[in-house]
Amino acid sequence: MATINLNGRDVAVDLPDDTPLLWALRDGLNMTGTKFGCGIAMCGACTVHVDGQATRSCVTPLSAVKGKKITTVEAVGEAKVGAAVQAAWQKLDVVQCGYCQSGQIMSATALLASNPKPTDADIDAAMSGNVCRCATYVRIRAAIHEAAKSLA
Amino acid sequence: MHMIAPNTGLSRRSFLKMGAAAGGGLLIELSLPGARALAADAGPFAPNAFIRIGRDGTVTLVMHKVEMGQGTYTAIPQLIAEELEVPLDAVTLEHAPPDPKYAEPLIGAQITGGSTSIRGAWKPMREAGATARVLLVQAAAKKWNTDAAKLVARDGAVIDATGGRRAPYGELVDIAATLPLPTGVALKDPKDFRLVGRPVRRIDAAGKVNGSARFGIDTVLPGMKVATVAASPVFGGTLAGVDDAAALKVKGVRQVVKLDNAVAVVADHMWAAKQGLAACAPRWKDGAHAKLDTAQIFAQLEKSSESPGAVAHKAGDADAAMKAGARRVDAVYRQPMLAHATMEPINCTVDLKADGLDIWVGTQVPGIAQAVAAQTAGLKPEQVRIHNHLLGGGFGRRLEVDFIAQAVAIGRQVRGPVKVVWTREEDIQHDMYRPPYLDRISAAVDAKGMPVAWTHRIAGSSIMARFFPPAFKDGVDPDAVDGAVELPYAIPAMRVEYLRVEPPAVPTAFWRGVGPTRNGFVVEGFIDELAAAAGQDPVAYRRALVKDGRARAVLDLVAEKSGWGTPLKAADGVRAGRGVALMQVFGSHIAQVAEVEVNADNEVRVRRVTCVIDCGFAVNPLTVAAQMEGGIMFGLTAALWNEITLADGRVQQSNFHDVRMMRMNEAPRIDVHIVPSGEAPGGVGEPGTSVAIPAVVNAVFAATGQRIRTLPIAGQLAAKNT
Repeated sequence: MATINLNGRDVAVDLPDDTPLLWALRDGLNMTGTKFGCGIAMCGACTVHVDGQATRSCVTPLSAVKGKKITTVEAVGEAKVGAAVQAAWQKLDVVQCGYCQSGQIMSATALLASNPKPTDADIDAAMSGNVCRCATYVRIRAAIHEAAKSLA
Repeated sequence: MHMIAPNTGLSRRSFLKMGAAAGGGLLIELSLPGARALAADAGPFAPNAFIRIGRDGTVTLVMHKVEMGQGTYTAIPQLIAEELEVPLDAVTLEHAPPDPKYAEPLIGAQITGGSTSIRGAWKPMREAGATARVLLVQAAAKKWNTDAAKLVARDGAVIDATGGRRAPYGELVDIAATLPLPTGVALKDPKDFRLVGRPVRRIDAAGKVNGSARFGIDTVLPGMKVATVAASPVFGGTLAGVDDAAALKVKGVRQVVKLDNAVAVVADHMWAAKQGLAACAPRWKDGAHAKLDTAQIFAQLEKSSESPGAVAHKAGDADAAMKAGARRVDAVYRQPMLAHATMEPINCTVDLKADGLDIWVGTQVPGIAQAVAAQTAGLKPEQVRIHNHLLGGGFGRRLEVDFIAQAVAIGRQVRGPVKVVWTREEDIQHDMYRPPYLDRISAAVDAKGMPVAWTHRIAGSSIMARFFPPAFKDGVDPDAVDGAVELPYAIPAMRVEYLRVEPPAVPTAFWRGVGPTRNGFVVEGFIDELAAAAGQDPVAYRRALVKDGRARAVLDLVAEKSGWGTPLKAADGVRAGRGVALMQVFGSHIAQVAEVEVNADNEVRVRRVTCVIDCGFAVNPLTVAAQMEGGIMFGLTAALWNEITLADGRVQQSNFHDVRMMRMNEAPRIDVHIVPSGEAPGGVGEPGTSVAIPAVVNAVFAATGQRIRTLPIAGQLAAKNT
């Protein structure tokens, strides 16, 4: 049994400490916004924030997040930066199949929270861990710039 | 794919019906062309799409076409809303519910694929919308006892300007349902369109940015277990044994399910299932293909393709013209196996109960899914309820139902609902792959280097012969030769042959861009070879051969927009080049110029792709551009890096560390130009991929002088380096 701070609330999870946060969220808590993509931190679909840092939940055991603040895509829009990212995504018609976009939104929000005016190189560095098989990259890049503009 | 013809040739009235909706309101039934169109006897009217206008004025479209990123769920409501005169957000789209009346009687018709959705829906959806509008206007005329000609429909209501009256549709639907079906309903003049042809944003975006969109893998049911699977690593192998006890020792593991060729571990959650699967250490009987490797598959293709194939296309006397030419050019092209690697891993949830079987899945083929599930479970199709979902990528993978049959087989041994989820490793190693192909292509050219004869022998697996056998006729797979027969070029003598060569045991399937994606690489690579052999500029050479005005227009525009012929800058030690490709496929004309640089380590970076598409009338330009951007990078990813290889009967790749995906830092700038056109819409989901591959291959030639005839590019350039 572990207790985690999830989206501002303490939540009990009846799973062993070595359970990756991804499966605790999806199968333990039925919070399916965070996606399974590869299981080895190679695609970023499972990205959440742990104390504000973009973190691959598929390789992060529950034991590593005790006492830390976890934010998932379900709640990221409650803060200003996350809401701006979601709005920019819709304004620029980014999504296609949409499966990877939870992770993209989380990575982009973490980037903008720490770097309000990212360059293209900053975007490359922050976003290249997130695979989009529909390859919406052109619009993701534009939407990050758009969100930065709207927050300025 | 050829199985779904865009134009049915049947009158529209045989495709429309109307009546009262259950629970009140107006129901318009229509039949979208599908496999029916291919059948000689189309049979009685069998609707497969339904538009309901409720007493509250809501417009609900129920249909089997699925959304897998291609934007169909936005574009089809645009078509209805345009003619019905309602705002776009008044139209709600539902997956066909689990009711047998929605099932198309002809298996194979419930298909989303082959860039056919908008081509098929373009007329029927507008006609349905227009018919409903006319009915509602007539209903208002009846209600007000006035002349329908005095009334107009606007914004979800009928308005009588002279009488100062307005009736929302919801108040008219019950009267409308009693009226006769109007005939000869006129469609809007495209110049009056307010939604169609406009850059309308996707209606499914909100749920996809806040985590609320539900894919098949997000299914959660009371009491549901989660299972993960390992199938025999060797194709055709069987399960020899497992250590059940070791698996059951893992906390949360409930059951070990054995199938002939696979083992599944059922648990309370995926983490336990994964650990249980590792613990049970399955043993396998490898069977006949234990030594199969990629080299054997290509050796088989090499040898088989020395014999003639079935003639798919013949123009003039290619053999005589081949001898009469001034010079002959011959080439052999090879394309590897490819995985689909949809971002949403393969999954299927099943619940077998006394009264039938429920399936939660994302599928491109609900009808086939229902049939295979019924067959596996020993039920009648009508006892199987398919709950379809958004697809986390399709690309052809979710045209297949292997995983649905497997999940049902597992579900038969499990009490209560079970969600079967494949790991990414299982997905890569048990995909149904784009087949390896080998093409022998030759041309004779005249003294100026222009082709006078062309022969092309295509050898590889026939997906169509398995998927839709009636389409495989006289030894020719129409998909396998698509893009190799209807060339944009005037060549006086041609022969195109197809030779069916099935790789031993390897399951094969459609992949984005289907036949044209394979043939584009060969045909457009080879045209580029001919241009080089003639010492001519690749654009000028194509331009001299192009026979169609639309093709010439996209070629000219792509040359202009890409800066073709202008100098390219590159850092010291880096070689840069541009490559062009042109195709007419899926009812669209498309040309691309790729601009690449190749560094001293022979690594290729695509800097920019310029794409010009004439897809006829662009229903949603935002979606057309999105499909080009994504489709191009899908093709570039495969062309640059991807191949699935076999050794000792096993797939050697397993996850995104060795199945390389294009990422943000590698994504090129992409400029898409859509040619304004009033022609019927062409497809956009597939062709971007088909053209990108030869464009980048030709750019690599321009940069390095090395002609790529075997994909992926990375392996070829590296091979030269060592």
